[in-house]
Amino acid sequence: MAEANRVFEIEIITPDRVFYTGEADFLEFTTADGDVGIYKDHIPLTTVLAPGIVTIHNGDEVKQAAVHAGFAEILGDKVILLAELAEWPNEIDVERAEAAKARAEERLANHTADTDIVRAEFALRKALIRIDAARLK
Amino acid sequence: MASMRDIKRRKQSISSTQQITKAMKLVSTVKLQKAKTRAEATDPYFHYMYKTVSSILAKSKNLSHPFLTAGESTKKAVVVITSNRGLAGGYNSNVVKLVTGEDWDKEDVDIYAIGGKGAEALAHRGYHIADNASEIMENPTYSDAAAMCQKVLDAFVNGEVGEIYLAYTHFKNTVSHEPELIKLLPVEIDEEDLNEGSDILMNYEPNEEEALNMIIPKYVTSLFYGALVEAVASENGARMQAMDSATSNAEEMISDLTLKYNRARQGSITQELTEIIAGANAIS
Repeated sequence: MAEANRVFEIEIITPDRVFYTGEADFLEFTTADGDVGIYKDHIPLTTVLAPGIVTIHNGDEVKQAAVHAGFAEILGDKVILLAELAEWPNEIDVERAEAAKARAEERLANHTADTDIVRAEFALRKALIRIDAARLK
Repeated sequence: MASMRDIKRRKQSISSTQQITKAMKLVSTVKLQKAKTRAEATDPYFHYMYKTVSSILAKSKNLSHPFLTAGESTKKAVVVITSNRGLAGGYNSNVVKLVTGEDWDKEDVDIYAIGGKGAEALAHRGYHIADNASEIMENPTYSDAAAMCQKVLDAFVNGEVGEIYLAYTHFKNTVSHEPELIKLLPVEIDEEDLNEGSDILMNYEPNEEEALNMIIPKYVTSLFYGALVEAVASENGARMQAMDSATSNAEEMISDLTLKYNRARQGSITQELTEIIAGANAIS
């Protein structure tokens, strides 16, 4: 079990639902500047999320979820992740993600002047994160 | 006095209308329940979004950012959220009235319509419809809201419009919905909220300006999505009420007509009797 004084609150909120509320003693996620790990009493920080996997550690219990775009507000004893989309590994449709990955790769490989490269790259990244997350099941 | 047959026919026609309105009421009650749950589920997201944006703005009051100041263009983009179907009482016309009631020059307004009824009504009044995305009203998702939002934001960033407004129906509770017109951009936050969140020293990564760059479009999108979901709930609530009163009006008319019908029936029996007695008297 986690020591009581190292535990902080976590809320992951998406537009459709309150995705997760609970406690943790260590939290990992990906920001626009790279991966970060948060312990209790982190300095107050607001940062932009990049598509990635959020890992919630609470003692021996580890939970992971895929999160796409949004931002995080970190206060000493509370972390709020506002994500546009969040999914548990068992909610991900791997076949759909694979198809999306293939589509995005094809678009990037044969791009023309009209291709929206930024969008295709974003779609590819999203698909890759989904596939990664689904493997964690 | 109308004949018995006429009254009967009218009664039948009203009662079949009543069956329809009753069924529509039931359908919108079910839809309202669903929409209401959804509207409530979006609330926490919006709440934190608003809090974060106001606390960023509180700490960076002197920040000049394109999203915080009105553009040079005098044009206004107005996103109008109405329904695709009618028979919802004053739901659609109330939203349209909000737009027409403002003291704006028609030339200066670009309408981004979501919902066919509002688009039709405003086009008829001579407003310019810049975009019509009515199909998303059927089942609004966050990505729909984001796509629409992107179009309006692009127009703002390119300087085509100087201000962005949103006209929709706020869902207070099942029986009360209020049409509202809010300003999306430039961002306006209540002074009170600005002072509230300023006691913690917050850091931003990347810096405040870039964080604002990322967060404000998300903030606008969340407002947008919240408005869409609330509008769907309000639409069904309004339709439920309209259909409920239509059903009870039909009920009233039917009881009135039943009374008339019975009177006519009694009258015709009396008349028949009088005729028979008069005939019998004439013979004897």
